[in-house]
Amino acid sequence: MSDVVVTGLGATTPLGGDVASSWAALLEGRSGIGLLSEEWAAQMPARVIGRLAVEPSEHIDRVKARRLDRCQQVALLAAREAWADAGQPEVDPERLAVVVGTGVGGALTMLFQDDVLEESGPTRVSPLTIPMLMPNGPSAAVGLELGARAGVHTPVSACAAGSEGIALALDLIRAGRADVAVAGGAEACIHPLPMAGFSRMRALSTRNDDPEHASRPFDKGRDGFVLGEGAGLVVLERADFARARGAHIYAVLAGAGVSNDSFDMVQPHPEGALAALAIRLALRDAGIDASEVGHVNVHATATPVGDVAEAGAILSALGDGAAVAGTKSMTGHMLGASGAVEAIFTILALRDQIVPGTQNADDLDDDPRVQALDIVRGASRKTALRAALNDSFGFGGHNVALVFTAA
Amino acid sequence: MATTEEIQTGLAEILEEVAGVLPADATPEKSFTEDLDVDSLSMVEIATAVEDKFGVAIPDDELANIRTVGDAVSFIEKNQS
Repeated sequence: MSDVVVTGLGATTPLGGDVASSWAALLEGRSGIGLLSEEWAAQMPARVIGRLAVEPSEHIDRVKARRLDRCQQVALLAAREAWADAGQPEVDPERLAVVVGTGVGGALTMLFQDDVLEESGPTRVSPLTIPMLMPNGPSAAVGLELGARAGVHTPVSACAAGSEGIALALDLIRAGRADVAVAGGAEACIHPLPMAGFSRMRALSTRNDDPEHASRPFDKGRDGFVLGEGAGLVVLERADFARARGAHIYAVLAGAGVSNDSFDMVQPHPEGALAALAIRLALRDAGIDASEVGHVNVHATATPVGDVAEAGAILSALGDGAAVAGTKSMTGHMLGASGAVEAIFTILALRDQIVPGTQNADDLDDDPRVQALDIVRGASRKTALRAALNDSFGFGGHNVALVFTAA
Repeated sequence: MATTEEIQTGLAEILEEVAGVLPADATPEKSFTEDLDVDSLSMVEIATAVEDKFGVAIPDDELANIRTVGDAVSFIEKNQS
């Protein structure tokens, strides 16, 4: 079975409009979190938010941008960056695949056009409503841009969707269905309805008086996640294909593990047993030992239950040797984009041999599983890394772990 | 009542907004689909914008018969009240 390598990275996040600026901000420990400025925010219990640092529509041709939902726009921008970064591989379009996961796709379009319907009637609803709201809209927009004809796919698995996109692309290349795949996730659904829904679940932080410190993975005072938006896409290639064209290789996508809790619709299994299974499966797939994993970019959204369950999963599957980074402390939770953006951070950690510091984990949770982890807090840590892991979990019980090894 | 020239100018503005067509290119003989690369979804948007601007509704079956910029100008001119 051929290795699959990473040759291009693209992202737009609350920390920056591209990979380089997002990564630089992350290593400096800067926060991408602020306060909602919209009028509707006043009545929201949670007003802290991870807005994109760079407005996507300003970087897309105006006529094209007005035909794309915001989540399609961010996917398109990340794809353009990743594709250029990979050196625009010359690949037979029938051997190029796209896999872009999302949590809710074009929810903003659906909600906006519902307002139009209510206020002005069905004849005023935009004819672009359907292509803008469909969950496969982001992947289709990327496929169209790149002319990908080997298949364009859309895993929809809530907050695991971006990681699942990368895991599925690995399968596609290994199965011989594509030589190159552009894979990851995209999300942009900052709107009163999703925010009200998450708030009613008590899932969102309400630390409105201190937005930069609202996202507190593993901290005693954590009170929920901060909603963010963004996109992250990577270019994956069969290793021999990449080498033949002299591509720059960031890392090897050595393995992926996927499991499902099938325990509760939204609550994680309290011991993280199935999350641990995903991690073990990823290690087995990669053919490496747990002790070789030097760094984990964790899911850690800063919900009271989730962080502890994840700590348990990591301890049971990997032990306590890996340096842990909870980067949502700076980006917020980009839902279906988060796993892909964090996979990019994991790849860059391997490249630069550095683990980003987790912010706001000032007073670690007393739970012994959290206490046992080597959580890098505050400043980033230089360290020798050969293998690193990224895990992501989503409502619906989805667990995905990705293992990257140094190029 | 808008003059032919005003309709032509107004339609060109709509075409620029919706489909990015340069006003200089929006001449009467141009076909929306073949010359100006305006797709069927954009045509529906254009029809809505025409109704807003000129108060002329273009029914779906009429929209199918409008092939060129000139066809649209004539339709609006004939049906404005």
